[in-house]
Amino acid sequence: MQAPSRKPALPSEDKRWRIVNGTMRRHGYARDALIETLHTVQQSFGYLDKQSLKFVAASLHVPLSRAYGVATFYHFFTLKPPGKHACLVCLGTACYIKGAAALVAQAEKTLGIECGETTPDLKASLLTARCLGSCSLAPLVVYDGELIGNEDAVHLQGRLEGWMGS
Amino acid sequence: MTQAMEVKTLRIDGVDVSARADQTILEAARENNIAIPTLCHLDGLSDVGACRLCLVEVAGTNRLFPSCVTRVEEGMQITTSTDRLQKYRRMTLELLFAERNHVCSVCVSNGACELQALGQSQGLTHIEFPYRFPQLPVDASHERFTLDHNRCILCTRCVRVCGEIEGAHTWDVMGRGEKARVITDLDQPWGTSESCTSCGKCVEVCPTGALFDKSDVGTRARKHPEFLTYLNEMRGGQS
Amino acid sequence: MISVEELDQIAETVRTERAQGRHQINVCVAAGCLALHSDTLKGALAERAQSSGISCQVRGVGCMGLCSAGPLVSVEPGAILFQKVKPEDADRVLDSLKAPPAKQHTDLRQTPFFKRQFNVVLENSGKIDPENIDEYIAEGGYRALFHALIEMTPAEVVQEVASSGLRGRGGGGYPTGLKWGTVAKAHGTIKYVICNADEGDPGAFMDRSVLESDPHRVLEGMTIAAYAVGASKGYIYVRAEYPLAVKRLERAIREARRLGFLGSKICGTTFEFDIEIRIGAGAFVCGEETALIASIEGMRGTPQPRPPYPAQSGLWEKPTLINNVETFANVPPIVRRSGAWYSAMGTPKSKGTKVFALTGQVKNTGLIEVPMGVTLREIVFDIGGGMPEGRKFKAVQTGGPSGGCIPEQCLDTRVDYESLKEVGSIMGSGGMIVIDDTSCMVNVARYFMEFCMSESCGKCIPCRAGTAQMYDILQRITRGQAGERDLELLIDLCDMVSATSLCGLGQTAPNPVISTLRYFKQEYLEHIHAKRCVAGECRMAATQAARS
Ligand SMILES: Cc1cc2nc3c(=O)[nH]c(=O)nc-3n(C[C@H](O)[C@H](O)[C@H](O)COP(=O)(O)O)c2cc1C
Ligand code: FES
Ligand code: FES
Repeated sequence: MQAPSRKPALPSEDKRWRIVNGTMRRHGYARDALIETLHTVQQSFGYLDKQSLKFVAASLHVPLSRAYGVATFYHFFTLKPPGKHACLVCLGTACYIKGAAALVAQAEKTLGIECGETTPDLKASLLTARCLGSCSLAPLVVYDGELIGNEDAVHLQGRLEGWMGS
Repeated sequence: MTQAMEVKTLRIDGVDVSARADQTILEAARENNIAIPTLCHLDGLSDVGACRLCLVEVAGTNRLFPSCVTRVEEGMQITTSTDRLQKYRRMTLELLFAERNHVCSVCVSNGACELQALGQSQGLTHIEFPYRFPQLPVDASHERFTLDHNRCILCTRCVRVCGEIEGAHTWDVMGRGEKARVITDLDQPWGTSESCTSCGKCVEVCPTGALFDKSDVGTRARKHPEFLTYLNEMRGGQS
Repeated sequence: MISVEELDQIAETVRTERAQGRHQINVCVAAGCLALHSDTLKGALAERAQSSGISCQVRGVGCMGLCSAGPLVSVEPGAILFQKVKPEDADRVLDSLKAPPAKQHTDLRQTPFFKRQFNVVLENSGKIDPENIDEYIAEGGYRALFHALIEMTPAEVVQEVASSGLRGRGGGGYPTGLKWGTVAKAHGTIKYVICNADEGDPGAFMDRSVLESDPHRVLEGMTIAAYAVGASKGYIYVRAEYPLAVKRLERAIREARRLGFLGSKICGTTFEFDIEIRIGAGAFVCGEETALIASIEGMRGTPQPRPPYPAQSGLWEKPTLINNVETFANVPPIVRRSGAWYSAMGTPKSKGTKVFALTGQVKNTGLIEVPMGVTLREIVFDIGGGMPEGRKFKAVQTGGPSGGCIPEQCLDTRVDYESLKEVGSIMGSGGMIVIDDTSCMVNVARYFMEFCMSESCGKCIPCRAGTAQMYDILQRITRGQAGERDLELLIDLCDMVSATSLCGLGQTAPNPVISTLRYFKQEYLEHIHAKRCVAGECRMAATQAARS
């Protein structure tokens, strides 16, 4: 191990960087805190941009390419700013068997984007999940964190049109 | 490990061989002039067991073992080349050829490519699988070298040599599955990488024409991964 | 440090409180019912009870199992279960405290859904408040830990678990006692215990439910394991999709530390052990043990070749015990009651009980626990209540993307590791999805292959490129663009990918194809030759020429 070197300065005055720094401090700036720290960045900023990856990589002494490799390996992390609203359709087996594919198709049509994308006006993002663990309520859609079970295409369309109109 | 090494005796393709307990099946085989095809393995780098070309059969189990990472064991009976293994090796190579855009005729490494050579030695005559033709970029931003993703087989030799030998860790892999790609730093143009020392080790260890030296274009230049063994010896390493 | 006597006292207090003749209204606050706003319901019940001056305790409890009928409310004493309760129903629930319950709420516990089950892992689920350690203690919680630490040697604990016949519930079915013995014998002073709560199989939520309904059980099981193998540090790797489980675990860990069940001098002995939570980030392959370890180390979750097994060289190259949530959850009752008690349940090779998440096209969906050895038919048609109106059974899928589809003619198969394997599926972690005749089996295979393809870490060629080719072929078949030759290639690939892949993901990825080819080959052939999909699910591209 090398002698502990200087920690990089916080990228800006933004208070959220202190929260990020707190996570790293709690883990003693150990390299294995990379994923935990990226979770904190995403929670605080909504996504991971190059500036935050650079800051975290430098603080934890992780090579840039590894930080990027980790950030893109895990589905949960996103490198693009999310939309104001998020619609998440579960594509787990139980939901799929109960017609989740039709819900995705409807959502894509209503929002005019594909899964994993955000509308150009940043109003809504369309996401998919691999089972949310509430399969008894299949098919499942989560609108801005609110979980709706036994969802159907008509209700979904209504919700999404509501977002786009607002 | 500095304790006196135990010696194991085993049988490879009917030949009795002995090996140190810390040796792999691949090392034991090669010391005895028994060839096992490899692609991700390179003397002087850590092993990842990823390409699966070096799989061998071990008597008493149906499981196949990657010889590059499997240690020898007393009494092992190993077969390195059965019909089944050969079929799998051909399929593995076919999968690679179909995965990206390998056009040998226009490749700098034509005639000096490990993938091409393996195709020939394993008796590959045609590719059964439909080509998947992914759209992949070429990065020529570095002043001396080029990265052509179309020819990359994700063996990660460049990643390992850069991290383990050069110590720069410029390379890594991003994404996953069929979307995985090698990257420099934050997936930025190679020429803009802050960590790259332009040492060229990655180019020398690349088995295909995915990484090449711009000045080698049109010369059918061979690569020289042998420097690794030398470097390791000079540094007191194990290889 | 807490003593056994104090443990008794806590239990006693909880019991007297309950015995004071006060009714308890239990509202399920596990994920399923919570999604149906059971928290609002709980508030409404508490408020109505107070405003109408009824003396009763309104508690949040864990999963009661019949998630499809949620939000669920139970009233004790009396064991009355109310289903689909809305806040407006508060008065009716409260009325039942005075008068016998209304007809539409007759005791659901007498229905086959509950009567056919036997609870070991879920013994406290739906009965105790998962956020209150005292309630766990009142049900005999942490007794096993005391017993193990004070009256048993580590070797005796390993022996007890071995004699129970418990096998890993994470899918592989490896004998738990054997694994513990290996880690216990491994050299090294630093060892780790990891609880695998990644629960990646889509359609499976057993582990989630256990963590949300009875988290202390898992902590107790892990601590006993740590004592048995000589570990001082533990990790629980929970998937990011389960924030409620994480919250409850955090709380449980805090409470366990407070009472001295974690930390130093556990139960007054010299034994030290603590647990840290690590949150996944959405990668199915991280359920594979070597990938999980890489992920805890903060790296890309790519699997490593085994050997070395984690038992010899795992987390930070130290001997590491890694078990599934449900495996650990079985440990306290085994230590408390005995291995012999446990092994009396089940079949000769598969002991004890198994929790399943029963979902799909079946009347009662939810979480069930049955003794090993019951038949699939009993699960689907008795416990599950059979198909919904107008639906026809086609297959039941077990084992997720590593498993297979079991058709009608095999429904009398007993649920145990070997029997399920014989019919071409696996026990897996416990997802059980009922499929009806509106689903095309080729499309089901395509669905799982898409899953494996996009969840492949990309490290080894057979899994990375092989699943992609198989997916392409299945895609062509479902679109009516495939020929006979495609089917041959598909079969070849199934063999090659399972034999040559580096980790379990690739090795089992062909299973859904192999099992649907075994039982539903006709459907494949019809897609290829007649360009027809009996289920009517696939849209055929009529004019495209097939590859021959
Ligand atoms: C691709 C893949 C995914 C897996 N996912 C899980 C999982 O989500 N949960 C789990 O407990 N085991 C999972 N396993 C099995 C683990 O590797 C490991 O065998 C298990 O956690 C051991 O615990 P057990 O012996 O208690 O079952 C998975 C294996 C593979 C190959
Ligand atoms: S499959 Fe959608 S919640 Fe499980
Ligand atoms: S050389 Fe052994 S797996 Fe590639």
